[in-house]
Amino acid sequence: MHAIHPASGDRGSGDRVSASSGSPSARTVLEPAEIRRALTRIAHEILERTGGAGDVVLLGIPTRGVPLAHRLADRLAQVEGRAVPSGSLDITMYRDDLRLRPARALGHTEVPPSGIDGMIVVLVDDVLYSGRTVRAALDALGDIGRPRSVQLAVLVDRGHRELPIRPDYVGKNLPTSPAEVVRVLLAEVDGQDAVTLEENLGGGAGKRAGA
Amino acid sequence: MNRHLISAADLSRADALLILDTADELAQVADRPIRKLPTLRGRTVVNLFYEDSTRTRISFEAAAKRLSADVINFSAKGSSVAKGESLKDTALTLEAMGADAVVIRHPASGAPHRLARWVRGSVVNAGDGTHEHPTQALLDAFTMRRRLGRLDGLRVTIVGDVLHSRVARSNMLLLHTLGAEVTLVAPPTLLPVAVGGWPCSVGYDLSAALPKSDVVMMLRVQQERMSAAYFPSVREYSRRYGLDADRVALLPEHAIVMHPGPMNRGVEIAAEVADSARSTIVEQVANGVSVRMAVLYLLLGGSEAQQ
Repeated sequence: MHAIHPASGDRGSGDRVSASSGSPSARTVLEPAEIRRALTRIAHEILERTGGAGDVVLLGIPTRGVPLAHRLADRLAQVEGRAVPSGSLDITMYRDDLRLRPARALGHTEVPPSGIDGMIVVLVDDVLYSGRTVRAALDALGDIGRPRSVQLAVLVDRGHRELPIRPDYVGKNLPTSPAEVVRVLLAEVDGQDAVTLEENLGGGAGKRAGA
Repeated sequence: MNRHLISAADLSRADALLILDTADELAQVADRPIRKLPTLRGRTVVNLFYEDSTRTRISFEAAAKRLSADVINFSAKGSSVAKGESLKDTALTLEAMGADAVVIRHPASGAPHRLARWVRGSVVNAGDGTHEHPTQALLDAFTMRRRLGRLDGLRVTIVGDVLHSRVARSNMLLLHTLGAEVTLVAPPTLLPVAVGGWPCSVGYDLSAALPKSDVVMMLRVQQERMSAAYFPSVREYSRRYGLDADRVALLPEHAIVMHPGPMNRGVEIAAEVADSARSTIVEQVANGVSVRMAVLYLLLGGSEAQQ
């Protein structure tokens, strides 16, 4: 039931257009192997920073943060030899721009049975842009429990923050102009892994929707 | 989605599924330590009830409050309606107070439709006369989908006072949209004249219909709306159209028993059936809050200018 969320596809990466890639101006900035290496590095950084990820819960922000969280959990389990809980946290009901558009479909929230009280929650998203998604995620977290600390892992940080928010783990820092569109494709959702960058030809450059 | 929810017939299949999917997610809120979402903060929902109700009014109130909306309850008793104020004047008063949504229950069929022309906010029909009760149909469909995993091709038998039942009408319309097969079983006197034009089949023998049912929905005999004798006696009605343990035994293994409430135990449903594990009656009440949250969110949660 949470396969398609047309209205929320933009969530992670700002002006990401529909997943009909293949525009001639699109430029690939991360290949599948680079995405793989970035996630492996982030997994090791999480282990270092949290002393073995003993109390870590990974929560992905739908849509594409969720498969990323599961991939990170797999890597942590491989390295440490025990399962690290992962789940998803939908932030739609906490967005600050709900009234700017028609009501949108909700993503799926699934908190691991261990809960988040007293744990180190690592929020996982595909693109960090304005920081508004993360602000909403912090509010959403506060309503489901009280983590010991909250950290943020993103595959791409494209800059242009509008709130005092910074990531703890970054796959790639990608300098962009607001007129550009960063698109993250993941095999679980899009059938292939890639991060592309292209000029936004369609909508106005000032339209800062998601992120 | 339309701006109002007046009839189950206003909902396309996609709209209805969007509401059910949204309700599925919102149902989780009930299990959290903080049962509240900030989504409708600063919005006002007016419950305008011209007819007695416990379940529906409380359900809408809980739904609106869980979404952080401000709720104003208005019941006809003890208000200016008792002094003769018309629906239109009441509507204009609500309008002046800035109601973003009006949830209305009214004894006259069509009252929500009239109201929708007078107010700027969204109108949600919480039951109008013998016409419709769309959120009840949505919560019934939601309950069926949760229990049985699907709606498409589901065989639903609705039994009893169809003539006076807005629940039956809304369910029949919505379930048809969602691909279920509806059979109405009732005494001929309690079927509407136009039932031949409805997208459902009709039967008069409950015991014959039960083995072919995935869901059996019992309706309350609405004596308060009956001005004539529709059946010889309550005992005879109960014997022919009541659901007792013997009849439940005719149902397939997986089938569920539903009732929109309030029940007349011993008339349309035996107490032991109402309290059995197959009965979803209490579940329906809990699901009602989730479904009404979904409706309020989808009507009020976005921008004013919807497509």
